[in-house]
Amino acid sequence: MSATEGKVVKVVNARLLLNHEIVENTYLWFRDGKIVDPQALFFNDHREPDEIIDAHNAIVVPGYLDVQINGAFGIDFADESLSTEEIEKNRDTVALGLLKYGCTSFCPTLVSSAPPVYHKVLPLLRKRPGSVTNGAGILGVHIEGPFLNPEKKGAHKEEVLRTAEHGIETFDETYGPALERGDSIAILTVAPEVDGVLACIPSLVTRGICISIGHSTATVTEAELGVRAGATCITHLFNAMHAFHHRDAGICGLLGSTTLPIPKSQKQHPTPSASSPSTRNPDPRPFYGLICDGIHVHPNSVRIAYHSHPKGVVLVTDALSSMGLPPGCYHLGEYEIEVNGDNVAYVKGTTTLAGSNITIDRCVKNFRKFTKCSIVEAVEAATLHPAQLLGIEKVKGTLSPGADADILFLNDELDILRVFVAGEEVELGK
Amino acid sequence: MRLIIREDYDEVSNYVANYVKERIKQFAPTADRPFVLGLPTGSSPIGTYNKLVDFFKSGELSFEHVITFNMDEYVGLPKNHPQSYHTFMWTNLFAHINIKAENVHILDGNAPDLDAECKEFEAKIARVGGIELFLGGIGPDGHIAFNEPGSSLTSRTRVKTLAYETIIANARFFEGDIGKVPKLALTVGVATVMDAREVVVTITGAHKAIALAKCIEEGVNHMWTVSAIQMHPKGLIVCDEDSTLELHVKTVKYFKSIEHVHQALIGTENLSLQDIFFFVGT
Repeated sequence: MSATEGKVVKVVNARLLLNHEIVENTYLWFRDGKIVDPQALFFNDHREPDEIIDAHNAIVVPGYLDVQINGAFGIDFADESLSTEEIEKNRDTVALGLLKYGCTSFCPTLVSSAPPVYHKVLPLLRKRPGSVTNGAGILGVHIEGPFLNPEKKGAHKEEVLRTAEHGIETFDETYGPALERGDSIAILTVAPEVDGVLACIPSLVTRGICISIGHSTATVTEAELGVRAGATCITHLFNAMHAFHHRDAGICGLLGSTTLPIPKSQKQHPTPSASSPSTRNPDPRPFYGLICDGIHVHPNSVRIAYHSHPKGVVLVTDALSSMGLPPGCYHLGEYEIEVNGDNVAYVKGTTTLAGSNITIDRCVKNFRKFTKCSIVEAVEAATLHPAQLLGIEKVKGTLSPGADADILFLNDELDILRVFVAGEEVELGK
Repeated sequence: MRLIIREDYDEVSNYVANYVKERIKQFAPTADRPFVLGLPTGSSPIGTYNKLVDFFKSGELSFEHVITFNMDEYVGLPKNHPQSYHTFMWTNLFAHINIKAENVHILDGNAPDLDAECKEFEAKIARVGGIELFLGGIGPDGHIAFNEPGSSLTSRTRVKTLAYETIIANARFFEGDIGKVPKLALTVGVATVMDAREVVVTITGAHKAIALAKCIEEGVNHMWTVSAIQMHPKGLIVCDEDSTLELHVKTVKYFKSIEHVHQALIGTENLSLQDIFFFVGT
């Protein structure tokens, strides 16, 4: 029995992000961790607010979602050398620490690892609602590998990469029983050209897993086959794939596809924009992750990608264990990473970028700066779009009645002023 | 009856909002003696409602002990439909002020027994001691609430069939589909409004000019139901210049001169709202 059960909260003097625009003179009401429709509350239940929060003209938006984050604060999710208790404690430390960056929901991401890692770690990273005691909500794991192309391994260890020689059995063997349960895995990054992978995509999709193309040498044709088989996302566009070439556009070329089949339902597809193949039907092109630290992708490239497919952009941090900590040496899976004075992380002794140290709120700010888009578009890239990708846009990434009360108060520069998760305020300055 | 003429819609809205605010403040409502207000919907009162919201936000007016009764509601439309009068009142007034939910009364167009709903509405008004001030607008055909031409001037709250013109005019809110427009509505009667201790009617726009002329320069007539205000001991019409276009020049000059006399000779500070019933606002 929480002390705030049943308490009706009304937020006034706010600029709310509702229906894709910033509106004033409207209020946000929430109760029991959910955003409610005040009109129904007033006329049907005769309820008035128990608490009124003055937002002092702050911009009020849904909490951010980060669907690709490998760790933070010295913790790496793919570390199976620890005990179960330590892994659970680490998971909670990261979940709690992310709140201050405005991240109220996330997908713990596992880099390519050997099967024992998955068997041990996956059951401990189950979906879990967010709260001020648990931290940011866990939306399911993003498993990045090991069915990737060694040519584009990035910071993944080559020895653990593999092909799917026995089709879906290989997948089940690698990840364990968690792959079949609905409560663990949100996203799976695969390279469609790797042996046996393409054929497995449809059955993985029927298990409710979102398939994302990444760490791949796919040509635009191979990538389109992946989308036709059911892939709905691209993992960190531009990174770990062939660079855009005008005669073979590669995975980046998916943004220019016009011949992909139009999806029958809007669910888990980008909404149409002026650049969609059909402006009145769901967009058949996949969503695409973008790391907006200014290092992984040049700002100009961010802008080009955005303008070619504005409704598909999903901002991710791809943050490493070193996020939130000073420069030095850290671990990512079985690799050693070095973070230099400019906060850039490389695989130790190489010039290969290894994940980032950026936080999701800075991604949103950078994205807005790089693309010169509106505040609404910048925020939706970290709220609405990732929620649409995962098919949870009714409860996350929105301030509509029925959604979880994960709320951020921002100033005009999009700095975080206040954070609420499941309707309770997070004490910042921790 | 008093006629206050202001320049345009905004000045009219300001005047009426100021008037309502001062009436409530001078009444000094308490829990035992609340201020009972009758309210309209439509485009006429929106400016007034915005101004009342501003007064609340600036701390000049509290709705804590105000009870409201709305004039009408469509039959068969869900309460949360974007075009229902519940939605209109919520969006334009109730969402922004500190009125108590149980002090708000709007007819329920989905009640299982519509006649009983209407009778109960009248009973509720009686139980709180009657309406202190009823705010209203006017249709181009001179109707008040949904009391279309031909409505009895002694009518009370009841179910009404909407006039064909009204249905056509409303189609624009229902995606242009006449089939979707409600055909019936619950409305307070002419007598329900006139039973209030004071009636304030807002009239703006040239398209209301004929209605205004019919209602105040000609006889009390059931074809122009607002004309019943002529029989009310405390009626006030606030209108803009455009709506006076069909009035006799003499009528307009007469009412303007009364205001002028008050301002010049008697002064605003000598006004007692209950006696002279004339507030020369900002």
